[in-house]
Formats: sequence, C-alpha cells, structure tokens
Amino acid sequence: MSRRTLLVAGLLVTLLLAGVASFYASSDPDGLEKAAQDTGIAAKAEDSAVDDSPLAGYETTGVDDGRISGGLAGVVGVGVTFLLVGGLVYAVRRGRPKDGAER
Amino acid sequence: MHVPDGFIDAPVSVGAGVLATAGVAVCLRGARRELDDRTAPLAGLVAAFVFAVQMLNFPVAAGTSGHLLGGALAAILVGPYTGALCVAVVLIVQALLFADGGLTAIGVNVVDMALITVVVGYLLFRLLVRALPYRRSTVTVAAFTAAAVSVPVSSLGFVTFYALGGTTDVSLATVTTAVLGVHVLIGIGEGLITALTVGSILAVRPDLVAAVRDRLPALELRRPAPATAPEAAPEAAP
Repeated sequence: MSRRTLLVAGLLVTLLLAGVASFYASSDPDGLEKAAQDTGIAAKAEDSAVDDSPLAGYETTGVDDGRISGGLAGVVGVGVTFLLVGGLVYAVRRGRPKDGAER
Repeated sequence: MHVPDGFIDAPVSVGAGVLATAGVAVCLRGARRELDDRTAPLAGLVAAFVFAVQMLNFPVAAGTSGHLLGGALAAILVGPYTGALCVAVVLIVQALLFADGGLTAIGVNVVDMALITVVVGYLLFRLLVRALPYRRSTVTVAAFTAAAVSVPVSSLGFVTFYALGGTTDVSLATVTTAVLGVHVLIGIGEGLITALTVGSILAVRPDLVAAVRDRLPALELRRPAPATAPEAAPEAAP
C-alpha cells in the first residue's frame, strides 16, 4: 500500500469515527468523572470558561439533531487538529537538513 | 480523564503548567530530529485519529466509561517527541474548543495524558520489542502491554497533583483507590485499541511504525530479475 493511500484511508476512517461512530459512544461519565463523583472531589469542579462556546461538550450550538450536532463537532475537531499538527510539523522541519544530508 | 477546573489549586496548576511547557519545549527539539520524510506526513493524521478515538467512550463498569488517551499509540507510530506533541495539541484543542478539560487544568492534563503516557508507553514498548523476537504478533502484544500500563500510571499522575494541591479534603487513599481501580480497567481498552491500530499498520506498511523501524528485517528488493546478468554489483542499500 502506498503511503498516500494509507494517509487517505486513515483520514477517511478518522472522519467516520469522529463524525458518525461517536454518536454511539457511551455517554456515562468517564473513569475520572465517576471516581470524582463517588469520592466527593467533584464538589469543587467548575465549569470551563469556554463552556458556552459553539462546540462545547462536542455539540454544535444551533443544530438540534444530536447525530448531526455531535458529528459536525467531531469533524471540525479532526480538521482543526490535523491542520494544527500539520502546521507544527512544517514549522519544526523548516531549516532542517534534508534526509540523507545529515550525519 | 480530562481534569476540569477547580480540582487542583492555583499554585499546583501553575506548577503543572510550567512542567508541561518545559516538556513540550523538549519535545519540539526532539521532534526536529524525529520528523524525517516518512514520519512527517503521518503526524497530523495520528493526532486527528487520537482526537477522534478519544470521542469514543467505551463502557468499563456499571455507569462508567473510558476512552483512549493515545500517548502510547502516538509514540509507537511517530516517535515519542512527536507523539507527545500530537496528544498535547489534541488536549489543547479539546480544552479551548470543546470545553473538555479545564483551561486552568491544561498543564495537569498535558503532563498526565501527553507526557506520562508517552514516557511510560514508549519505554515499555521499546523494552519489550527489544527483548522479544521480531514478529507482528510480538510487536502487537508489546503495543497492548505498553498502552495498558500507561493508563493507570497516567492516573497516578493525577493522584500526585491531587496530593500536592487537591481542593477537597477527601483522603488521598480514597482518591487513589477510586481513580487507580477504574483506570486499570480503562487501560485494557487502551491496550486493545492500540494493538489493533499498530497491528493494522504493521500488516500493510511496517516501515511507517517509527518505534520498530530499527527492528525490521532487511528489505528485499522485489525487482524483476534482469534477462542478463547485471554488469556491476547491485548497489548497496542505503
């Protein structure tokens, strides 16, 4: 399999996981949340300062259908993460000697 | 395992922020060496994949779920420095855009979920891969084990921050038991997802799994045999 095929296939799978499969994920509290509730340390939890931002809680404000609201948030998150890390990698590699030129 | 605002007091949160910043700085330097022409195009995909799979909470016990942390997975696929950067970016995106994990807790979360998981997962994976004969099955088992162990150790990172600057007076023993117990279970899920992902890539392109590249058997050139004997000796592999 060429690297390009692998990248495209990987990105498609990633988008499907975030955009579609995420709807079927468990909505129970995660391990830390549950432990915090059970032990009482959750009493001091505060809402995030960005709790009313448009994608807070992996839901898209203004989209009523839960499937689309969550899926859209997931797809946006995948896109933003991909671009940020892609940009970071580009920045880190600038000025680096080409492969083979080092050592 | 995202820590919200309010669990850890301000001084310890700031300390964790300093530690996280130092860790990320080290990773930026390390990634410069790590990001060769094979690894670089994969890094964005690995980070996006970790983001996506972190959304997929799986049930672990009655009324409790868990999700991938991804540090071991990212470190195995693109190397430890780049892998930690991938998870750190995921955590920052989650905190800023999705209100998942507190803004004042970003330092705590980066140390627990990006740095500790990578250090533990990568070191354990390398140890196992070097100790075992190279086969797809042994590498997959190594990936499972490294990822499974990284989760409870990461949860102990949270417990440590709680011990230093917890905002409630719940005893450390109570918190440790509750947090560690459930994360041993979540670790099994982490191990399974990591083994499945690493195993799949090993099956098609083992050379794209950064943490096993030095263990791969020498590649054979599969060129059609020339009709006549070559005049010069075949060029040496680079």
